[in-house]
Amino acid sequence: MSAQARVPSTPSPELLARLHGILAQVADPEIPVLSVLDLGLVRHLLFDGDGRLEVGIAPTYSGCPANAVIKADVLRALASAGFDAVAVEVLSPPWSSDWLSEEGRRKLEAFGIAPPAGRGNAPAACPRCRSVRTSRISEFGSTPCKALYRCEACLEPFDYFKCI
Amino acid sequence: MTPQVHYVLRLADTNLVLAQRLGEWVGHAPALEEDLGMANVALDLLGQARLLLAHAGRLEGEGRDEDDLAYLREESEYFNLTLVEQPNGDFGDTVVRQFLFDAWQFGLYEALARSQDATLAAIAAKGLKETAYHLRYSGGWLVRLGDGTPESHARVERSLRELWPFTNELFDDDETDRAVAAEGIGVLPSSILPAWSARVDETLARATLVRPAPARFGWYGKQGRHSEHLGYLLAEMQSLHRAHPGAAW
Repeated sequence: MSAQARVPSTPSPELLARLHGILAQVADPEIPVLSVLDLGLVRHLLFDGDGRLEVGIAPTYSGCPANAVIKADVLRALASAGFDAVAVEVLSPPWSSDWLSEEGRRKLEAFGIAPPAGRGNAPAACPRCRSVRTSRISEFGSTPCKALYRCEACLEPFDYFKCI
Repeated sequence: MTPQVHYVLRLADTNLVLAQRLGEWVGHAPALEEDLGMANVALDLLGQARLLLAHAGRLEGEGRDEDDLAYLREESEYFNLTLVEQPNGDFGDTVVRQFLFDAWQFGLYEALARSQDATLAAIAAKGLKETAYHLRYSGGWLVRLGDGTPESHARVERSLRELWPFTNELFDDDETDRAVAAEGIGVLPSSILPAWSARVDETLARATLVRPAPARFGWYGKQGRHSEHLGYLLAEMQSLHRAHPGAAW
């Protein structure tokens, strides 16, 4: 490969907005109300000298089976919009629940999953009735990113987005 | 094999073997919540093992990928710590093994996040967040069982006594450890012993358990010499791939 052909360039603001529009439609396979942007998984978008788009994607939990699906879904969405894209895995800085966007936190809560409330902390409130009286059922849940809680006021169980 | 490849394989194998052990609890744990707990911890460790195995394969440069390394190596070519291949026993045995391991891995990853090997540093920094969560889980269970009923206390006390001798190997420095530590790639095992001891003693005190007397060192799993249990574990883990090479879901 020649050196000058590999100089990466960032997309123009217009193109970036278009790419974000495409990626905002790529949902997490386990929590479909969240997009890959809400989760903070897209770390960079760069064009190489040949016009190919490189997407830096951070894995969530090291062993989460959704990581492979997310990568495939991102590439499929970009390909169907006419982009020749490749994905690279970005491990550093590591993903954590801190990468969740404010919008993502609101969407989670509206979906019935309590957003992360600080490492080691219980959820701030029941996502259904807003009571602060909650108790933990299990530190682990149906996917690597969730724990199980119960509301002591409305008595409904709910998922809590694990805080790591 | 270079010391760096040997070192990365030790970390990878330790995670992979423990993930396999924890996976044995699926469908058998005392409660559904602990079934989920075991499976989730196993999944995190398996994910870290895959990153480490892939890295070892690239460093080795002989074209072996993560599956080749996981499924096509013999027992003597596995370099995991002997502690993690020990059978699950009862739930208390598993909790004690997990707690001793998590407390070790937490200190290891903290130090390894500063490795000169950028990939290893990134895997450690990522893994540290997961391990911190595991440590809270296993430590919480150790306190509940140790400070629980006379029966649960007696049983985890016995588990601790039986598993304690395996912890010597976690802090034993050998030639490979010294070589990678000198290059700033790896962590010298003895250097993370003080923090581990303090962390373990603090939780043991809350669990009303007493630290067992030091045992004579006698395990060399990280050099490929294992207890009798690893062979059976590998036979089960590798059988499908060996019968159907390249099988995929």
